[in-house]
Amino acid sequence: MTDQKYTPRVILSEVAIETIDILRKRFGNDLMFHQSGGCCDGSSPMCFEKGDFKVGTSDIWLGDVYGCDFFMNQDQFEYWKHTQLTLDVTPGRGSSFSIEIPMGIRFMIRSRLFTTEELENLIPTKTGEEVLEENQLK
Amino acid sequence: MSTLTLSQSKPVDRPKIKEKYDHFIGGKFVAPSSGEYFDNISPIDGKAFSKAARGNKADIELALDAAHEAFPTWSKTTPALRSKLLNKIADIIEENLEMLARVETIDNGKALRETRAADLPLVIDHFRYFAGVIRADESTISEHDEHTVSIALHEPLGVVGQIIPWNFPLLMATWKIAPALAAGCCTVVKPAEQTPTSIMVLMELIADVLPPGVLNVVTGFGPEAGKPLASSPRIAKVSFTGETTTGRLIMQYASENLIPVTMELGGKSPNIFMKSVADADDEFFDKAVEGAVMFALNQGEICTCPSRILVHEDIYDVFMEKVVERTKAIKMGHPLAEDTMMGAQASNDQYEKILSYMDIGKQEGAEVLCGGDKASLNSGLETGYYIQPTIFKGHNKMRIFQEEIFGPVVSVTTFKTTEEAIAIANDTMYGLGAGLWSRDAHELYQVPRAIQAGRVWVNCYHNYPAHAPFGGYKKSGFGRENHLMMLDHYRQTKNMLISYDKNKLGFF
Repeated sequence: MTDQKYTPRVILSEVAIETIDILRKRFGNDLMFHQSGGCCDGSSPMCFEKGDFKVGTSDIWLGDVYGCDFFMNQDQFEYWKHTQLTLDVTPGRGSSFSIEIPMGIRFMIRSRLFTTEELENLIPTKTGEEVLEENQLK
Repeated sequence: MSTLTLSQSKPVDRPKIKEKYDHFIGGKFVAPSSGEYFDNISPIDGKAFSKAARGNKADIELALDAAHEAFPTWSKTTPALRSKLLNKIADIIEENLEMLARVETIDNGKALRETRAADLPLVIDHFRYFAGVIRADESTISEHDEHTVSIALHEPLGVVGQIIPWNFPLLMATWKIAPALAAGCCTVVKPAEQTPTSIMVLMELIADVLPPGVLNVVTGFGPEAGKPLASSPRIAKVSFTGETTTGRLIMQYASENLIPVTMELGGKSPNIFMKSVADADDEFFDKAVEGAVMFALNQGEICTCPSRILVHEDIYDVFMEKVVERTKAIKMGHPLAEDTMMGAQASNDQYEKILSYMDIGKQEGAEVLCGGDKASLNSGLETGYYIQPTIFKGHNKMRIFQEEIFGPVVSVTTFKTTEEAIAIANDTMYGLGAGLWSRDAHELYQVPRAIQAGRVWVNCYHNYPAHAPFGGYKKSGFGRENHLMMLDHYRQTKNMLISYDKNKLGFF
């Protein structure tokens, strides 16, 4: 879980919490996010049942968001790491395999720059593979 | 901000669009197995204008059944027949160009002048191109020695799955469907849920052209219809245009089935303006200014959107003054009005995402040279998804320089040397498109070669003719479209290695 002494890299809005609660009733408790890049629905976070999307050494774990692991590809993270992400929800019609789409809503990211103090105290990242190994040990 | 009062020509009439559309499976329109439909919202006014069938795994299986039934016959049809049918499809689209252009504008939100002049004419030409190349296509034969001959014959892969994006709904579908059918494959197509209507209007027009089951279209949501298609062990290939996470997920499914994929996953294309561009204030300079403003084409919703302007510092002032002026002259308005230059973003979530990028751009200290906000239009467009064409000035490490915003937003920065221009151009995850503008004959060849991108437009931008291969380097994907080499993305090679020697080897 998120350690209070660190500044989280990803936080979430009330409506995102409500949405995750609704999705958990249908898909079970274990969900995950992977931040996408690229065209069309890119640059949006994708929500999957945990394990449906295979993460690995090229992915970075940014933190635990309301009980969901949040990942991003390493290349993309290099350009995003100075910003705090807020997982939010907007009405809309995404086209990807993200599981909230049939609800007529879409997860989205809002961003802000970390302050200098926050940058020195960010939650340490891990690779996707390290997270998988930890999960196996649990 | 103040609301923009529109003074423009009256929107053209809307063609008759049905209240709802079923799937197109086995040559017939088939109701969704769930009985459910979902609203298709027009970006013009944010209001539902039709419904689409909400497909699921059962519908995908039905479409795969139809495609597998059709394949043994279709795969053995003559190239002459396949060519004739593709040409017939092109002719029907041409006869209905105006109606289809209007439907596409209602479905996607882009300006009518674009669907009339670009989307539909290109659809027609791509069908004709693949109808043409299949007639001239040849396999190869080689004589290994006087008794041994190798024949490399093409055979269609089988039934393929094709997942279509929403930015050019009919054109992107054509880029995938035309080569697959030309190669002798049968296909199950899953259009984007934002734009499921125009392709069904097209299916109504061409329903009787192809044998039943050769071309099937199942609408629905990605997790419900796209996933069962992409993960099906009954497809021989997946072709996908979209973003990186879904691309990876589809490759993951493909790895489980050991099938090939082609991926077109977007970009952050640099558009480089060398110092010589401003050597004269002539028609070429004017063309280069237009080339920079091309970021606003299709509201910026193009994977090759020239979303980074790299301009030599010595010509920054004179060049960008004109670019800003030209950008401010872009006439926004009702997408169905003939004088509208830029229409609406395709969906509300897209609209919100673009605004969130404007926010982070400003936070990171980028300077807004023009635009920078939503466009509030009146005259019934208040609830549509309109955004002002926007130019930011900043540096290449900012997120607005690195992420595909997929909106009418361009970020400009300067360079001092050619080496620096190339370094900035290549400092990105992506490698789909790029532009190079110069009057220097050496630069015209050397700079494009140094840019890690699949398509470099040289002294032009945003042309997509058939017979010029299009596709990505780096995280922009792999595989090419728009070219006869696409035929081999949908075919196997059957090698027959024949001995004409009557004598044994003498080993055993």
